Amino acid sequence: MMCHGERSERSEVGNGIEAIRALLDDVRDPEIPAISITDLGIMRDVRRASDGALEIVLTPTYSGCPATKAIQEDVEGTLREHGVENARVVVQLAPAWTTEWITQRGRERLRAFGIAPPEEVARCPRCSSASTRELAHFGSTPCKALYRCNACNEPFDYFKRL
Amino acid sequence: MNARVEYVLRFGDNALVLAQRLCAWVAHAPIMEEDVALANVSLDLFGQARLWLAYAGELEGAGRDEDALAFHRGAGEFRNVLLVERPNGDFAETTVRGYFYDLWASLALAELSRSKDERIAAIAEKARKENAYHLRRSEDWMIRLGDGTEESRSRMQRAVNDFWRYTGELFLGDEVDATMREQGVGFDPTALREPWLERVRATFAAATLDVSSDVWMQRGGKQGVHTESLGYLLAEMQVLPRTISGAAW
Ligand SMILES: [Zn+2]
Repeated sequence: MMCHGERSERSEVGNGIEAIRALLDDVRDPEIPAISITDLGIMRDVRRASDGALEIVLTPTYSGCPATKAIQEDVEGTLREHGVENARVVVQLAPAWTTEWITQRGRERLRAFGIAPPEEVARCPRCSSASTRELAHFGSTPCKALYRCNACNEPFDYFKRL
Repeated sequence: MNARVEYVLRFGDNALVLAQRLCAWVAHAPIMEEDVALANVSLDLFGQARLWLAYAGELEGAGRDEDALAFHRGAGEFRNVLLVERPNGDFAETTVRGYFYDLWASLALAELSRSKDERIAAIAEKARKENAYHLRRSEDWMIRLGDGTEESRSRMQRAVNDFWRYTGELFLGDEVDATMREQGVGFDPTALREPWLERVRATFAAATLDVSSDVWMQRGGKQGVHTESLGYLLAEMQVLPRTISGAAW
């Protein structure tokens, strides 16, 4: 696997699809800055439209998620900043986003950030114990639930499955 | 008005009006977790309303976007069912109203997710997944408060008796429903009644609540005939964009 998002790549961004993908891999989720939009699986496609414009296809996580608009603006801003012209963001609803699309790297990053990734069992991100309990199904953002670890007794956020 | 515009407005207005009702709980809920939960559910519904209304505006083709439809229509132009505009009341009333709606929405959205209109199917599929969590929460509260203390049970039963008359409209079809069904876009609302009742009976049994007996069912919201309380809700929701024309973030 190639590791994208290196600073050195940014200065020589061409209009190649792969270069654009790498560039946008730096766009973070404003609510969980530990992960990028690629990690989240919300950047569904980067393609050249028939009119020659570059299309970035994004899908929203939760329909009322306020981060969706911010992410769209961040993508547009990043492209502008790097001189990528004639590009537009296309919001695509179907197929509906699912937490299955969060990448392995995204899951590792969530865990390192202190958020249990969306798996069958909400494991404590600190001590890895599988003995945990849900305190509140609705957490600080639409995508998270609040849990507590029975082993180390620490509360933590769980990225709930959707 | 075009039947499909009318149809999409109904789902958008249901979500919008209930979202507006629920957000009034923020900073007033009985416990912190519920404050957060109600805000989250409200936010999901605002998001769904936005998707529905944006589509209704496109179908209408008169240049109205979701904001124009939300903020610049009068009560008579809203197409939500009466149930969602009923005032919040106490936590029991909000819970019962939410449960009746969430359960109906889970059935309705499942039908719509198979619509021949791809946009409707996509919005419904997205909303359906969020709604599953809303229903899980409201059903849980139905049981905890129904099968709770004497006080909580009596409040829940009172709320059930009060709101039952607004549930009939959920299963009434009209010409718009028939047209949409013929086109493979919509579903027959009367067909949802039995599965809805079956689940209500099961939940109520666990909650030790009684299903209300025959009462006169209120109707009219889907056709734009509303109760007085919708006017107050809209006045509060619309005051800013109507006072300061073109106000934006
Ligand atoms: Zn732990």
